[in-house]
Amino acid sequence: MADTLKPPTEVPQTSDDPTQLVVRRGPLAAALSHQLVWPVVALVVLLAVNVAADPGFLAIRIQDGHLFGNLVDILRNSAPVLVVAIGMTLVIATRGIDLSVGAVAAIAGAIACTTLVDSASQGAAATAIIACTYALAVCVLLGLWNGFLVSVVGIQPIIATLVLMVAGRGLAMLVTDGQITTVNNDFFSGMASGFVLTLPIAFVLAVGVYALTALITRRTALGMLIEAVGINPEASRLAGVRSRTIIWTVYVFAGLCAGVAGLVIAANTNSVNANSLGLWIELDAILAVVIGGTSLAGGRFSLTGTLVGAIFIATLARTIASIGIPPEANYLFKAIVVVVVCLLQSPQARGALRAHLAPARSPKGGARA
Amino acid sequence: MTQTEAPVLPDATTATSAGRPADAPVPVVEMRDISITFGAVKALSEVSVRLYPGEVHALMGENGAGKSTLIKALTGVYSIDGGTVLVGGEQRSFGSPAAAQDAGISTVYQEVNLVPNLTVAENMMLGREPRIAGAINTFAMNRRAAAVLQRLGIDVDPRSVLGSHPIAVQQLVAIARAVDVDARVLILDEPTSSLDSDEVAKLFDVMRHLREKGVAIVFVSHFLDQVYEISDRMTILRNGRLVEERMVADTSQLELVQLMIGRDLEVLERLDRDAAAAAEEPAEPAVPVLTAVGLGRKGTLEATDLELFPGEVIGIAGLLGSGRTELARLLFGADTADRGSLEVGSATGRRSGRPGRRRLRSPRHAIDRKVAFSSEDRKGEGVIGDLTVADNMLLALQASRGWLRPIPQAVRTQLVDQYIKALDIRPADPHALMRNLSGGNQQKVLLARWLITEPELLILDEPTRGIDIGAKTQIQALVADLAAQGMSVVFISAELEEVLRLSDRLVVMRDRRKIAERPNDGVSVSDVLEIIAGPQATTTEKEETRG
Ligand SMILES: Nc1ncnc2c1ncn2[C@@H]1O[C@H](COP(=O)(O)OP(=O)(O)OP(=O)(O)O)[C@@H](O)[C@H]1O
Ligand SMILES: [Mg+2]
Repeated sequence: MADTLKPPTEVPQTSDDPTQLVVRRGPLAAALSHQLVWPVVALVVLLAVNVAADPGFLAIRIQDGHLFGNLVDILRNSAPVLVVAIGMTLVIATRGIDLSVGAVAAIAGAIACTTLVDSASQGAAATAIIACTYALAVCVLLGLWNGFLVSVVGIQPIIATLVLMVAGRGLAMLVTDGQITTVNNDFFSGMASGFVLTLPIAFVLAVGVYALTALITRRTALGMLIEAVGINPEASRLAGVRSRTIIWTVYVFAGLCAGVAGLVIAANTNSVNANSLGLWIELDAILAVVIGGTSLAGGRFSLTGTLVGAIFIATLARTIASIGIPPEANYLFKAIVVVVVCLLQSPQARGALRAHLAPARSPKGGARA
Repeated sequence: MTQTEAPVLPDATTATSAGRPADAPVPVVEMRDISITFGAVKALSEVSVRLYPGEVHALMGENGAGKSTLIKALTGVYSIDGGTVLVGGEQRSFGSPAAAQDAGISTVYQEVNLVPNLTVAENMMLGREPRIAGAINTFAMNRRAAAVLQRLGIDVDPRSVLGSHPIAVQQLVAIARAVDVDARVLILDEPTSSLDSDEVAKLFDVMRHLREKGVAIVFVSHFLDQVYEISDRMTILRNGRLVEERMVADTSQLELVQLMIGRDLEVLERLDRDAAAAAEEPAEPAVPVLTAVGLGRKGTLEATDLELFPGEVIGIAGLLGSGRTELARLLFGADTADRGSLEVGSATGRRSGRPGRRRLRSPRHAIDRKVAFSSEDRKGEGVIGDLTVADNMLLALQASRGWLRPIPQAVRTQLVDQYIKALDIRPADPHALMRNLSGGNQQKVLLARWLITEPELLILDEPTRGIDIGAKTQIQALVADLAAQGMSVVFISAELEEVLRLSDRLVVMRDRRKIAERPNDGVSVSDVLEIIAGPQATTTEKEETRG
């Protein structure tokens, strides 16, 4: 039927070919347009700054079969933000945002620590596992709550999760009775300070979350469906995508991720302070996602970008400390760097820059009258 | 057809891009050797076009020929890679659409780009609101908007929210906005693609009026009759290249099509007959695939009965706002009915729910019963712009398989290639981003999305909107072919000829209800118009044929 429309009748001059002319692009241009380029460049520049300030910055030494050094610290410190940012990436891909992750992290830490303290055998590994499971289960419930508000009730994500952002710290305070709870459990603190295969457990854990998420979203159709919902929710609904379930699920996942991050942070200090655990981590996570090239407008997401973004954020924190930025200028410096990186990410800004740098294009075809 | 309206211009005889007499008017816009490249695709190469004051200039070409790109090159949406733009004899290069508008170029783009959350009046006056001491004068704004709307014969409350209207009305509002600006150049990219003949007539009145005032008008349409009715001059593009500039009066439709497609029209006519023959095949009565009893929804559709049998094509005719789209949406569960019952799909899947209260809960529910629905609102309800052509095509199938069962790569490639070929989608690149396709090609991808699900019931709302003349017959033939193989089709189009050509049975709607239903045994367009206009006739007496 359809092909009958294409008889090989002769065509005058121009193309018979249905596709357009193809213009070759150099490999450099292709590489430069890859979305990971700018975050990686930014990261490298940041590392270079550090090396300039301290030539031994990159040095890594092996001690007791573990790696030590600034880079290793950066990787370890990036773990909580990375885990939170992975969950945030999927939420943002659906056009949402989750402001409650910091509060959820605090609740997770609070529950795990109080469970440990209240337990008869505080030091046992089994107790730690039970405590963590318990904490994560609560985080799933909190994620269900967020997802319910967004996907069923239809409240805007920023408002819906603001509820838990505010109320969550109050909940964490209730759990800890407003006390700073200190724990003593080797298995638990191992999550932050331990090593596996010479690397910090915290980082390995975070990369595990990253790899698993990448596997699930990209080896199944989930990633594509999440993107479809984020790009055009109504068109997706009409195509039969269960957008409500998908949106609900990503909030649950974000809650779970926040819980894992909360546990790692609590393990790092062997204590929980409901007021400060995971404070502002939602902002760092959002920054990591944006720096990684996922647009806040939803749609296409890059987990690898988020990975780079989270490491960038951790490197930035270390840089601020190591090049001696006065503490009062901390936030300002961070803001400036982030703005620059985001500008580099923006196609408009890059286009304007290119137009500014390149010599004005000479109008061609002037010969024809 | 006869070329009734083409006015005789001073130089109508010196047809093509050859020289013009010395006393000829100067073009208000001249684009010379424009080239634009997107990544690896050369969308335009050295295209020139001249717009004269007091002329309607048609841009002609197949889907993906570069019409919209040329327009966007002029109005500063895209930056130009080569060539020059002269406006009023001066070389210009607009940095943004706003700059072009300030220079007197008013544009209605192919895809409506207004703000759905604002009111009709706010959209029309956006950026030039009447003010009192800095504050927006809402009263004056609404009054002004109402006046413009009335001139175009658009019956819409200026205070209503734009997004609450169907896409055709939104398009009319965009047009109203554009014609209200005091412009030297008015650009209309497929403004009539979803309009009824009445609205088209009113739009043409306004265009003629503006033409007399000396405005240069660019008109893009795949309806040749409309082009011949309103335009004076045309520029024909093919595959991003200039074919020729012609006076409309000197070019027959046959010749035009040949110039556009680069092959003979004969083929099209033959297919046309094929389609008609296929559609006339009598459908054998069997178990209906769709039974709607008293189906309706408050404020959108009054209780409607409808029955559809396997292999049958039902055409829904009716004017804008008659409820044709609303009916389609209820049949698919895109909106939920609040009265009546609806049973769809194969006999096995549909015996659920309490008798007399069977309805669809959601599109997904309908898709599971092998129903498909292609919306008239391509941009808002169809296209997933940032995903690839392949993902867009496979979305519905993937959604119904569930996320855990991704379509195997081999099957993906095979399906996508098959449909790209069958529907002649250009560029034939499964990895191209959907938003970079031309409007007509996007429409084809959406059609493929539903055909891939192999539905038993296919609901098509304006499926040929924005599709070029070659592809349109091709799609019509495809629909007829599918029906012959047993698929049932609900076919909706503002173009009555098309509805009549394809359907076995005709449903006529008015004022949000079904007013007539009759077999399509030689019903003519004027018959349908009479039913629509006439007293509420539910009986189907054959009217005397007109001379
Ligand atoms: N932003 C873009 N990026 C890449 N390719 C593009 C872009 N915009 C347009 N194209 C390509 O340029 C070609 C011309 O597209 P254009 O939209 O101008 O066609 P058109 O003549 O308006 O067709 P239609 O009748 O379907 O609207 C198409 O092949 C399209 O895929
Ligand atoms: Mg177009």
